[in-house]
Amino acid sequence: MEREFFLLLSGVATISGLLVVVARNPIHSALALVACLVQIAAIYILLGAPFLAVIQIFVYVGAVMVLFLFVIMMLDVRKEAQTRYLRGAAWPGVIVLLLLAAELFALLIQSTRLHAVMGPGQPISQQPSVEDLSLLLFQDFLLPFEVASVILLVALVGAVVLARTDDKTAGVSADRSQQRGRQ
Amino acid sequence: MIPTLWYLILAATLFVIGAAGVLLRRNVLIVLMSLELMLNSVTINLLAFGHAQQDLRGQIIAIFVIAITAAEVAVALGILVALLRNKHTLEVDELTILKG
Repeated sequence: MEREFFLLLSGVATISGLLVVVARNPIHSALALVACLVQIAAIYILLGAPFLAVIQIFVYVGAVMVLFLFVIMMLDVRKEAQTRYLRGAAWPGVIVLLLLAAELFALLIQSTRLHAVMGPGQPISQQPSVEDLSLLLFQDFLLPFEVASVILLVALVGAVVLARTDDKTAGVSADRSQQRGRQ
Repeated sequence: MIPTLWYLILAATLFVIGAAGVLLRRNVLIVLMSLELMLNSVTINLLAFGHAQQDLRGQIIAIFVIAITAAEVAVALGILVALLRNKHTLEVDELTILKG
């Protein structure tokens, strides 16, 4: 039963992942990416990580993709759909991709050391609880946790600074337009 | 019981698809979304090995990956909005400001 679920989820994830790359309209690829991320969250549950599945849905689908959709809605999507679709010289990229795929799958299928690390696979019933996870996170990984929170703060401030309009130039141009209005 | 190799093959497939989006598409937004897809495939790898070894550290690293990804997306979309305001284009081939 688990294998059927895995095959269903991974099939849908692969197809929607392909749609992300193939779709012309950015909104279509954003929605396909949402579908793909939900499938991946379900795969996390199969991997015995229900907490991460919930985090995935909250953070990716709830926050990141909504941010993407806001930015897409700020742009002119119709103009974008009519422009050229692929890059001009696509052949070097295709060759690099084929090499990457061949290398990855050759490594996965033939490497004996990797197979020794992988082991036989574990049943899903042996799940570590969220309590174990939080104990490990707040005991052994407390310093990385704090560093991650500082990084999030820096990103917050950086995004605000990057996205706001420059007050001085905006004020100067507003003054000029007011002066022109008076003249 | 699902073999770990299946998870790794799924992750490799998604990684190659995301790399195709990064290398072949011209729209900056699609490139960023493909980057998200690649990060997710790497997270599947981390969780698959953590599950196979019954080790919780895979999940811990995955939590950090998700947190850093959220920060990266916020900064990237801020840069994108500023870029649109100044250059009025979304195509990666035309963003050559850093070229000397």
